[in-house]
Amino acid sequence: MTNIKNPYLPDIATVTRIIDETPTIKSYQVIFNDQETMKNFSFQPGQVGQLSVFGVGEATFVINSPPTRMEYLQFSVMKVGEVTKAIHELSVGDQIGVRAPLGNWFPYEEMKGKKILFIGGGIGLAPLRTLILYMLDNRPDYGDITIIYGARTPIDLCYKDDLKEWESHSDVELILTVDTEFPGWDKRVGFVPTVLNEVAPSPENTIAITCGPPIMIKYVLQGLARLNFKDDRIITTLEKRMKCGIGLCGRCNIGSMYVCKDGPVFSLAQLREYPSEI
Amino acid sequence: MATTAYLPKEKMKDWLKVLSEKHQLFVPCLEDDVVLFQLFNPEKNLCFDRPANSSPKTIIFSQCEQLFSFNFKKEPDNPQKTSIELKENLEYPPTIIFGARPCDAKGFMIIDSVYIETDIADPYYRGRREKTTIITLSCPVPYVGCFCTSVGGGPADKAGSDILMTELEKGYFLEASTEKGEALLREPLFEDGSSYIDEAENIRKACYTMVEKPFSDDEPGKKPLPRFHEDTFWEQEGNRCISCGACTYLCPTCYCFNITDEQTANTGERIRTWDACMFHHFTLEASGHNPRPAKYGRLKNRVGHKFLYYPEKYNGVIACSGCGRCIRYCPVSISISNVVASLKDNMRESVDDKH
Repeated sequence: MTNIKNPYLPDIATVTRIIDETPTIKSYQVIFNDQETMKNFSFQPGQVGQLSVFGVGEATFVINSPPTRMEYLQFSVMKVGEVTKAIHELSVGDQIGVRAPLGNWFPYEEMKGKKILFIGGGIGLAPLRTLILYMLDNRPDYGDITIIYGARTPIDLCYKDDLKEWESHSDVELILTVDTEFPGWDKRVGFVPTVLNEVAPSPENTIAITCGPPIMIKYVLQGLARLNFKDDRIITTLEKRMKCGIGLCGRCNIGSMYVCKDGPVFSLAQLREYPSEI
Repeated sequence: MATTAYLPKEKMKDWLKVLSEKHQLFVPCLEDDVVLFQLFNPEKNLCFDRPANSSPKTIIFSQCEQLFSFNFKKEPDNPQKTSIELKENLEYPPTIIFGARPCDAKGFMIIDSVYIETDIADPYYRGRREKTTIITLSCPVPYVGCFCTSVGGGPADKAGSDILMTELEKGYFLEASTEKGEALLREPLFEDGSSYIDEAENIRKACYTMVEKPFSDDEPGKKPLPRFHEDTFWEQEGNRCISCGACTYLCPTCYCFNITDEQTANTGERIRTWDACMFHHFTLEASGHNPRPAKYGRLKNRVGHKFLYYPEKYNGVIACSGCGRCIRYCPVSISISNVVASLKDNMRESVDDKH
């Protein structure tokens, strides 16, 4: 037992930067205190980590900085429950526990040479951000990139600096939408699945990747099927209540699959085999 | 040939005393009409007459245990900064579970596949498991609700036990099936067991035929529970569930847990406690979203896990050892063996209907 790392024991990291994304979402850049751990850390786009505030608890977040930019790890946290509230109270310099990387990742090798369609809602852009940045850092490997992203209001859109930058890329099409009319908003208005339907991207040589609230994912999956995307060309990344992060504690299962270990990334083809417990 | 031995009944307490000298020894004890595994004490009322009310699971997979402790420390050179120290303790004493039943021993094997025989093992469970010897008592008669023979076990199944004991007229026949077990049989208290093999074998066989068989093994190639996805069936079965979780707490194979932090002043601990998939909040997310909000969905998941999902991952092994505890102690009389039997019987009816 002595030389194998205890999977429940977090590494201690320091918060180096906090970015206010929206009134309820903050991004945290962290680096491991142990320099060797930081140097040897590697992960794949789409993998997640457990963040600990000791005395409060742990929760799961995707690593939303890409493996091509390893100066820090970034996690985005929406203030919803106990742990996320405690994370929101942290300041730069504070200590945080990190167990990462956990779970599987986007099949980015299989996506090479294909056009990529990202569909995100709210904080669901976080896992997509990892892959978008990874692809932009390996631009020649991938075809045109289309990003459909929506939130309740313009204020609730995450990663506003990234959005500005992506908009400036000639080979990236960024389509932004908000749920209802908003003063000063001159872009699309409507729910993400509706906008997907209006934009009606072609499924030809294209892989679709979606993440957002469960209800949005549900309708986006249906919408993609209507646009004739094949089940194995539709990828989503799921979120569940998790504790252990290593496929033991039992709560994040969908049938025989554990979202924490066998996921969080699934193709629609895989999900069709299992109970509809998203 | 396995190592065998014979222990006259009057020497049982002597053996237990010997075992308790070098081990933490857990034995089934009767207290207020309830049989529970407790630390051995010659004054306690040992009970081998019936299976314990609760499985001995907690001895290896603790109902509540510390994963690590944490300590906040101000850095002496920089009072603005606080550092965190984590400490784990993975030392466990040699332990014996004495008087488990074959279904209890098999329960640990089912958990082993998930907790030990995997790429990321659970160090706490593995630590205790390696230090524990299991001495099992074969069942002379089945108990209410027992159905071990329907799920690949049996009242004298040796799987998972280091020693299997069988009660004879005047003593116990003991058979070691591991090195750990053999080591414990090298004891001057024992007599040669070879002349008792036949007597033991007869008693063991007799019980096999007495165990109820609510459903039979699946025919190869057949889907084990083809009506599993019919939600109306689960609504009917699950509606009377009161989400108390007793089935999971008594179960020798349920292994779900929760992790929580507790803190006082500058120190605290991260602990894990048993949890239950039958609880509403088990899957409840902070946003209020719940992927399994209804009782029937949770019952479906529990039965599904044991009879479909787990077998899918672990070579067809059913994650139920047929101990019958969830049937005996369910406050609203939900019977997992009836549920599974109905799913299988219905399959036969629906196949017949088509012909």
